[in-house]
Amino acid sequence: MVKLDVDLGNGLILKNPVMTASGTFGYGEEYNDFYDINILGGVIVKGTTLHHREGNNYPRMTETPMGMLNAVGLQNKGVDYFISEIYPRIKQFNTNMLVNVSGSTIDEYIATAKKLNDLDEIPAIELNISCPNVKEGGMAFGTSCPSAVAVVSAVRKVYKKHLMVKLSPNVTNITEIAKGVEEAGADSVSLINTLLGMAIDAEKRKPLLSTVTGGLSGPAVKPIALRMVWQVSQVVKIPVVGLGGISNATDAIEFMLAGAKAIQVGTANFIDPTVCVKIIEGITDYMIRHNVLNINDLVGDLQM
Amino acid sequence: MKKNIDIFEIIANNRLNHEYVVLELALKGKELPEMHPGQFVQVKVDNTPATFLRRPISIHDVDYKKGIIKLLIQEVGEGTRWMGQLKEGDFLNLVYPLGNWFKLPKSEKVLLVGGGCGVAPLLFLGRVLKANGIKPRFLIGAKNKEYLIGLNEYEELGEVFKTTEDGSAGTKGYVIHHPVMKTQTPDFDTVYTCGPDAMMKVIAKYAESHNIECQVSLENTMACGIGACLCCVTATTDGNKCTCIDGPVFDSKLLKW
Repeated sequence: MVKLDVDLGNGLILKNPVMTASGTFGYGEEYNDFYDINILGGVIVKGTTLHHREGNNYPRMTETPMGMLNAVGLQNKGVDYFISEIYPRIKQFNTNMLVNVSGSTIDEYIATAKKLNDLDEIPAIELNISCPNVKEGGMAFGTSCPSAVAVVSAVRKVYKKHLMVKLSPNVTNITEIAKGVEEAGADSVSLINTLLGMAIDAEKRKPLLSTVTGGLSGPAVKPIALRMVWQVSQVVKIPVVGLGGISNATDAIEFMLAGAKAIQVGTANFIDPTVCVKIIEGITDYMIRHNVLNINDLVGDLQM
Repeated sequence: MKKNIDIFEIIANNRLNHEYVVLELALKGKELPEMHPGQFVQVKVDNTPATFLRRPISIHDVDYKKGIIKLLIQEVGEGTRWMGQLKEGDFLNLVYPLGNWFKLPKSEKVLLVGGGCGVAPLLFLGRVLKANGIKPRFLIGAKNKEYLIGLNEYEELGEVFKTTEDGSAGTKGYVIHHPVMKTQTPDFDTVYTCGPDAMMKVIAKYAESHNIECQVSLENTMACGIGACLCCVTATTDGNKCTCIDGPVFDSKLLKW
């Protein structure tokens, strides 16, 4: 029997390294018809903000070669609605339910994190300082080192459980930001959020998204994500959680070899709602084939 | 409703014209779950670089006894062209049934208005209405008579009014130009419509001005199809709603379009 569990620190232990990425898995309930989501290492629920947000106008999504662009813009009903209406429904899931937290100001991040700190069945938050689809806040915090450090330090003071920080790839040097948020008290970093992109309808001579630009995800971004995970894992001591285009078990293994202690699956859930089941099984098969008894032995085991 | 993921076998590909086909899909080895008119399936396409996401396709018809569902496909891009080329014995992976559905009318006087590929859910709807003792009447609009397709199936269920843009069949013009829509004293209390937005807006406006209930079925580009990604929203009086789970069928009065 292979050992699949990973410890990301500060109380966040996953039964296996496979989590689902925020914004692609709803609140988990949406996928529970297809399989028992309790088999997952964790579920990161939709981006949550202090106040209700309507998100951006339609069209918010367009297909691109081996990927998609989205500009949802953090549509959600706010943290109080989450606590009163959604949390009671999802807290019985027997997997780690993490909440992705975003904000327009540092005070909003603090207020939202503080409220979530009191929820017994939420063991961690993923601080989203990398959403490319909102006018204020979001990625603006994650693309400069001082502002990333400022928001993480501020949230660290009020949030006592596991604090994962989701990094933006839309930066010159992601390792500087990763080091900064580690020093500011992050327990782990997850990367990458979507890459800023654009698509045009040549016939109509118009942008395909209402916001003109949006976030690129899917297999198209995988090589960039893999490179960034590898770079960041060289310079930080805290666990790295890898994501970006992971669509099968081999992709997941590649991210772990590059240094990720856990991974997230996002866009692939749209094409195959049961993809995570196959990834967990495929990781086990790989370990048996390669005689790896403990998943942790694969982390960063890239033969150079 | 429980969502399923199943592999169907193509048992027929009936080409209606150079742009439309009807795929007949059989589910082998298990019974079809209950489905409702207006609901859709998410079809996994061949996963070439340009056809990455699933394609939402309306359920055209269901035969529970034979375990068959039909999909009306209009070939508009690479994904639907790929579907149009599928042959008997090929397989399709579907996530289904998704979305809400048309509600039964308050009275027996109904009109089902479809334009182009928008007729797709109306055949299944007509069948269900008839099974509920309501005789459906259809108003079908198309570019020309080559695009007025599979009419015999609708005619088996009820009266069919036709319009074509070039006048090659039925009344010349758009559906709104048909006498059944032009009257100031319409003979229906509920109108169901699916087709181009411009057409549905005109139908909705007419219905609202005559105090007629109007149920519209929207088509938006989707990623997940199950309410997880929030990409396919439409603006309503109650904020942005997902076309995939809050729709695709909406009361026209709720839409801000």
